[in-house]
Amino acid sequence: MTIGESDPFARSLAAGFDDEVAVDEDRSRRGWRGRQKADRREGETLWGWLFLSPVLVLLLVFVVAPILLALYVSFTKWNGQGGPFSDQAEVVGLNNYKQLLTESGLARKNFAAALRNNFYFVLFVVPTQTMIALFLALILNQRKLKGKSFFRTAFYMPSISSAVAVGLIFLYLFQGAGAINKILSWFGVGGIKWINNDKGIFHVFLGNLGVDTPPSFLADHDLLGMDLWKWLSGPSWSMLVIIILAVWTTAGTFMLMLLAGLQSVPDDVHEAAAMDGAGRWQTARLVTLPLLKKQIVLVVTLGLIGTWQVFDQIYVMSDGAGETVTPAYLAYTTGIREGRYGSASALAFIVFAIILVFTAVQRFLGRDKEVI
Amino acid sequence: MNATFNVPTVDDEMVDVSEISDEPIGEDAGAARAAKRMLSYGVLTIFAVMFIGPFLISIMTSFKTDPDAVGRPLSPIPDPFSLEAWKQLLGIADSVVNVEIWRWTLNSVIVTTFVTIGRVGLASMAGYALARLDFPGRKTIFALILGVMMVPGVVLLIPRFLVLKELNLRNSYPGMILPLLVDCAGIYLMKQNFEAIPKSVEEAAQIDGATIFDTWRLILLPMAKPSLIALTIFSVQGSWNEFTAFLVATDKPQYKTLTLGLAQFQGGLGSGSRFPLILGAAVLVTLPIVILFFTFQRYFNGDYTKGIDK
Repeated sequence: MTIGESDPFARSLAAGFDDEVAVDEDRSRRGWRGRQKADRREGETLWGWLFLSPVLVLLLVFVVAPILLALYVSFTKWNGQGGPFSDQAEVVGLNNYKQLLTESGLARKNFAAALRNNFYFVLFVVPTQTMIALFLALILNQRKLKGKSFFRTAFYMPSISSAVAVGLIFLYLFQGAGAINKILSWFGVGGIKWINNDKGIFHVFLGNLGVDTPPSFLADHDLLGMDLWKWLSGPSWSMLVIIILAVWTTAGTFMLMLLAGLQSVPDDVHEAAAMDGAGRWQTARLVTLPLLKKQIVLVVTLGLIGTWQVFDQIYVMSDGAGETVTPAYLAYTTGIREGRYGSASALAFIVFAIILVFTAVQRFLGRDKEVI
Repeated sequence: MNATFNVPTVDDEMVDVSEISDEPIGEDAGAARAAKRMLSYGVLTIFAVMFIGPFLISIMTSFKTDPDAVGRPLSPIPDPFSLEAWKQLLGIADSVVNVEIWRWTLNSVIVTTFVTIGRVGLASMAGYALARLDFPGRKTIFALILGVMMVPGVVLLIPRFLVLKELNLRNSYPGMILPLLVDCAGIYLMKQNFEAIPKSVEEAAQIDGATIFDTWRLILLPMAKPSLIALTIFSVQGSWNEFTAFLVATDKPQYKTLTLGLAQFQGGLGSGSRFPLILGAAVLVTLPIVILFFTFQRYFNGDYTKGIDK
């Protein structure tokens, strides 16, 4: 994600649809001029549609039509033979969704594992990147610090780089005999197998405490066809590398957003706090953070939306091996690699639903904030 | 980094109250502040190393031999210094690995050029229409654009694949370029930008008889130059780094972009791991974007992410 994509997006999320005041203003001014004005209005309609028509056509063909087509395909059992509307695409109603969500079988098992993997990814990435971004922004916001632009650029560099390139770099760093394991060995940590390692770190941790076999109440109960012990595995070692990569690439972007928010806090607020005898971290916690709430909600929401969409990094770092498949990645392998388009489309809409829930939560929180 | 290290004295600048408030007042204050500043620089330096270290390691490793890259992963100095990886990468020396870097670069340049021209052009047209022209249907279109902005890219992966397949656009440049042309966030940015320009500017032109098209092209576009530059930079960066859209649109080698070509390096190359070659390629992809951002830093700092550069 880049600032370029996320910032206006974010603002639209925060602002909603209500910045359309100019239109009415225009209308009231009309009427007292004669023909010239009427011509102009016709011109505005003509040019308005002319200027927007390429965008509209492209949106219809590459956004609206794909969504409608995929929605239809998600109700079929189509494997790419013939067209999606031909006899070879049998309409099966909600079957694809049922196989993923309610009927026991391989499809549901894979989906459950993907959901778990992505869940731990979100759980680890979002708080970590938000805290690092906030920490760096607070430090960089000190007025008399020199070399600010150097540090800002340094922190921002991973954000502008290709996910494929940085993925390859991280593959090198996390090799068995790579730089990371070498550094860890200075601290007495033995060589960890990071790549293609599907062991969940919670399981490893419990194993070190002597808990090797799951307690029966966890092994006997299941959710979406996967037993609770497996749900509680934590992220795999391989996923942990992708988590670190994600934090490393996005913290800089979010730091810039928070920094922009911090700099909009007027100085006299801090002066007042200082006069009341507040210390530096007290000021940060009690004065700055509440004023920064809007930006923090934004960063967390963008994080939540982004982390359910992780894709490039997985393709490069593991290709799904080592328990790193996410629902979006599962949609890709099911559809484009296996040619089961019905199931893949259903998965795409489930991912969509998950992300919509987070967007709705953000809208709710954002609205709440403006009342206060 | 150390060159910029400098502890300012209290009396030559305004005192930042938020920083001194919890420090002892008196002679020790300066020393305490200096210590605090040192701590800040220390923390920032550690993070800077973590954030740019991997890039520096990649550059150095690309000049190593394969055994050196595997055997001494932390050593910054290549020993022996080797240009072999770069020669293979650029096709100067034969490589067992199938590297068609020039083909990939050409494809990346083609796609990036067309996508950027298209995005900037369409966004400035649409942004102007939404900001300044009054016509029936405008609000609906704007709502549609906001709605599309909320559709996550990864969700469109399979749907777009299906449509490209049905339209027979897979494995073609139009199939790679057209889906990327509309950048709703860019339209939104341009709309806001045009709205910020005073209306009196246009009204003067209209009284002089300028048409709507002329007003847009000759008066408003030049005024929006900083935003257009920012939009260009982000479009170049976005399409140069784009991966999933091309993964979905192509599966033939002749349409591989740099990102697609590089991605096939995952899982190592053949027998050896060939890290110098892989990391050299990673550097090659990253470098143009880094240079772009460094060159235009002033533009996007001062304008695009408003208020960050104080």
